[in-house]
Amino acid sequence: MDIFDPAIFPVLAADGLTNGAVYALLALALVLVFAVTRVVFIPQGELVVFGTLTLAALQLGRVPGTLWLLLGLLALAAVLEAATQVRRGQAGRGLLTLAGAAGVGGVVWALTTWAAPLGWPLWAQALLTLALVTPLGPLLYRTVYQPLRDATVLVLLIASVALHLALTGLALVFFGPEGSRTPPFAPGTQTLGQVTLSNQSLLVILLSAGLMLGLFFFFGRTMAGKALRATAVNRLGARLVGISPASAGLLTFTLAALIGAVGGMMIGPSVALNYDSGFLIGLKGFIGAIIGGLVSYPLAAAGALLVGLIESFASFSLSAWKEVIVFTLILPVLLWRSLTTRHVPEDEE
Amino acid sequence: MNGRLVLSVVAAAVALALPLVLPLFQVTLLVNILIFAVVAVGLVLLTGIVGLTSFGQAAFMGVSAYTTALLTTQAGWNPWLALPAGLALTGLVAWLLGLLTLRMQGHYLPLATIAWGMSLYYVFGNTPALGGFTGLTNIPPLAAFGMNLTSPRAFAYLALLALGLTALGAQFLLSSRTGRAMRALRSGPLVAEAFGVNAFRLRVQVFVLAALMAGLAGWLYAHSQRFVNPTPFSLQAGIEYLFMAVVGGSGYVWGALLGSGLITGLREWLRGVLPELLGAQGNFEVIVFGVLVILTLQFARRGLWPLLERVLPQAPLRLLPERNRLPARQKPVPGTPLLTVEHAVKQFGGLRAVNDVSFELRAGEILGLIGPNGAGKSTLFNLVTGVNPATSGRVTFMGRDITRLTAGQIHRLGLSRTFQHVHLLPELSLLENAMMGGYARGRAGLLASLLHLERREEAALQHEALRQLERVGLEEQAHILAGNLPLGQQRVLEVARALVADPALLLLDEPAAGLRYGEKGELAALLRRLRDEGVTVLLVEHDMDLVMGLVDRLVVMNYGEKLAEGTPSEIRAHPAVREAYLGADVSGEEVA
Amino acid sequence: MTAQLAGTPLLEVRGLHTRYGRVEALGGVSLEVPAEHIVSVIGANGAGKTTLLNSVMGILTPAAGEVFYAGEPLRGVPPEARVARGITLVPERRELFASMTVADNLQLGAYTRRRGGWRSDLDGVYARFPRLAERRRQLAGTLSGGEQQMLAIGRALMARPRLLLLDEPSLGLAPLIVRDILRIVQGLREEGVTVLLVEQNARASLAISDEGYVLETGRVRLSGPAHELARDEALGASYLGGEGRAQGA
Repeated sequence: MDIFDPAIFPVLAADGLTNGAVYALLALALVLVFAVTRVVFIPQGELVVFGTLTLAALQLGRVPGTLWLLLGLLALAAVLEAATQVRRGQAGRGLLTLAGAAGVGGVVWALTTWAAPLGWPLWAQALLTLALVTPLGPLLYRTVYQPLRDATVLVLLIASVALHLALTGLALVFFGPEGSRTPPFAPGTQTLGQVTLSNQSLLVILLSAGLMLGLFFFFGRTMAGKALRATAVNRLGARLVGISPASAGLLTFTLAALIGAVGGMMIGPSVALNYDSGFLIGLKGFIGAIIGGLVSYPLAAAGALLVGLIESFASFSLSAWKEVIVFTLILPVLLWRSLTTRHVPEDEE
Repeated sequence: MNGRLVLSVVAAAVALALPLVLPLFQVTLLVNILIFAVVAVGLVLLTGIVGLTSFGQAAFMGVSAYTTALLTTQAGWNPWLALPAGLALTGLVAWLLGLLTLRMQGHYLPLATIAWGMSLYYVFGNTPALGGFTGLTNIPPLAAFGMNLTSPRAFAYLALLALGLTALGAQFLLSSRTGRAMRALRSGPLVAEAFGVNAFRLRVQVFVLAALMAGLAGWLYAHSQRFVNPTPFSLQAGIEYLFMAVVGGSGYVWGALLGSGLITGLREWLRGVLPELLGAQGNFEVIVFGVLVILTLQFARRGLWPLLERVLPQAPLRLLPERNRLPARQKPVPGTPLLTVEHAVKQFGGLRAVNDVSFELRAGEILGLIGPNGAGKSTLFNLVTGVNPATSGRVTFMGRDITRLTAGQIHRLGLSRTFQHVHLLPELSLLENAMMGGYARGRAGLLASLLHLERREEAALQHEALRQLERVGLEEQAHILAGNLPLGQQRVLEVARALVADPALLLLDEPAAGLRYGEKGELAALLRRLRDEGVTVLLVEHDMDLVMGLVDRLVVMNYGEKLAEGTPSEIRAHPAVREAYLGADVSGEEVA
Repeated sequence: MTAQLAGTPLLEVRGLHTRYGRVEALGGVSLEVPAEHIVSVIGANGAGKTTLLNSVMGILTPAAGEVFYAGEPLRGVPPEARVARGITLVPERRELFASMTVADNLQLGAYTRRRGGWRSDLDGVYARFPRLAERRRQLAGTLSGGEQQMLAIGRALMARPRLLLLDEPSLGLAPLIVRDILRIVQGLREEGVTVLLVEQNARASLAISDEGYVLETGRVRLSGPAHELARDEALGASYLGGEGRAQGA
């Protein structure tokens, strides 16, 4: 059978679109994070894995290890923040920060340990997963990247890779080596003419499209979204209108983690993920992001969709080589970018 | 004998004794540390010196390791013959990757190496001829002096030799013409290209060199383990090599060994401790590595070696005996046209930053280019130096049309410049900084530099640089680090560096910016001396005191156009110039 | 506008030293900006004028000395927090959001004023700069130099500053546009905005100012009421070099 068989082609295309939609979301997050903070956010894929595996743990009635990571980072971030405040002579505020963090941490701990064994419905567990994974973004920004804010892109990239490794190792500690799937949010199938599509695939495509529209609205219409764009366009200009780079960074990483967590729960039913799957998934988003030159959102999303499709067709005809094909794809993309990027000499005043 | 040399001898003696005195298990570990350090030395050159990075060094090791494994087990090659084959293949791959990515911003190379490291791992694992994920076994041992290096103790000496040669080559390279150019690349191509370095080609060369070092390590690794599988060549291994360089100190050759020792030793120890602690099996050490690297970047960005380096005795730079002088340039006859700008236009989008400017500079004169901020002086400067060519018009220098030439080509014709924001290599001595100016007068390439076959040329450069330092009055400080100079002297050092190129024309870009009164006075005295020696100078400057007392003629720019041209006294009396500087006299008008 | 305590200037700079690495750009600058005055700082290029404004804004951290705003020291307060306190800088390079529309640029100017009211201010800016109203949907990067300067000032006004720092608003602009812009600055004083104006264009800026300071190599060379400074012979010498230096020192 070849891939153009009318019985096969639409199935592969639908698979490709489903995964491609998730990669596209990741690509958007990567472009956003890079534009606002200059961080090449390699650990984006780990946030996807944390999304899937946290939900899977809740499904089994276990307390997900994500909780301990969240609490640890919260404590560290609170101490760093309080120390900064004390150094500025605001000791009272520092204490307040510590107390606030302890309060929030306590509530999250109590809620998670109480709810985990109760076997809540899927949607409620999904919300709890979002509540556990999304804060990882800003906390990682505060503890890892903010102290490096004056560093070069290269140093930030090395820090990202280091963080990726640390998170992979922690995922292994928390979730063990086995792969997990999560249940589909929409079981069943739809038949459109000759083509049968799972409802979950439709949901993923619709949800991705919805999220992208939401982001489009956020960046185009809201003050916070415009402030992020402004920071990406001109960091100094943004500071001069009162946008603090740190709060822009925190917001960006919050969005990135949110996208990661949602992506993880969307891709969870179709692919079994384990602790170290995040890197591959994140990289596929990256190829999309690189197609967009790390600056163009529509090109990045389109590129990521293409990656999903290529991967889907490759996995049918050359399954063992699918990763090779996907990653070798980066070479012609880089060649294209290399030939189209105008060499700009750095500015000498 | 100096302290540094004593220390080196002691270290070498300890290194030679270690394989004999350590228990066998630790000798095996030592072999790995030495092999990994060879990889990390390549990353020091690439990351710490040039400012690029790669996560694909393990994959390069893999190419070479699999080549030797295949050739020795399947084709019956002698391992020593398989080494050049493996290196050739590794170099070829690196060259292609470099060509693809190194024209773009720095972060594309590491991203490409991530993808390449990832794919290669799957290629190794999925190719039956390469043994799939199980790998290839029965790789023959290396033989030397009629004996097989099967024991780790014997192999350790080979690994020591390999690391010793690699590190020595790297040290040689860093103290050479090419090494200085590599360091100059770190802050971007602008400075390097102004002295005739082909930045793109040099980056590709260093990337290939780093890959070849990884290739050498891969070959050693294959023959020390005597089997290969994909795991040690995975992306994760590639990441760990970068960690070694970062933690050890990516700007220092010996940081590579320190990092390799730390990470390899730590991994061994953690692999024993962590699974017990966590009650499960797995690569938990990556958590510690990740956190360690983040902390290193946050608190000791240059790595751990510099902390050690501070307490070690420093080796003074050795002056080589001068055997011949560098050939001098044929200078143009004073009074003849040297630089001609005709109807130059530079358009940026809708803005004409330079609009139809023409002037001529004759050999032997000092011409000042002045104008209010935003008048287009810097743009005009960039267009003469080849940094950003003109949209239309013509620039002629030394009788050649240079309108479309690159900065490096124009420099080789005899134009030498200084920078508005001082661009020196703060970690090098004044002498070495000045020698950078003579880059285009030497020709030793990467290979000659690596083997120190360019010592005659290096000696000539050293003495030329010393002469120019003496000319500007910095000879006393020749051996201190440029970063320790006050700004005034840094600017003077830039002038000396430009003079080492033996230029026909010296371009000074706001040499007085940021200087104090006293420093300005010294700079003016130096420039006056150079003028009296017949050096031709084009001076872009804001400081009127400096300009008026120095130049023969002035060109004044405003709104991208030439406003006036003439002698200092003509210019001072020029009403349009007074207006451009002091603004239109609106005090008589009603403004509210 | 809250009235300032009598005798306390809105901005006071005391013995400010600022360095770039080893380069000292400001060598002990002191000046005062009384509330609802326009104070000009003039001087040749490289004199440290931009450094002074950037230090007041907090973009650069002074090595020594102190900046007081409404009587309070600003040490350790980041620039974005200074905006919230009522200090706004229109920088020399304008630092607009080039790939965003004129309207978005202006809206972002009101970023620190989350409580709203910015829409009426937007109309105010459009009334002041009708050119911007015509181009509200256009990207900031496509504006002409003069329009960009108007946008930069308009964006700064959206923050409703008490103290406006203007860095070379005349830079690269044709004389007619310069006059328009200075006229607008003069109008702002009537509305209660205090202005610290840095200019190379000495005559034009002194003409609209109450007080003036002449900066040379990071130090104040001359200061006094603006109309007196404008007549000072030493001023010309400070720009064009040569004669008159002795009187200036």
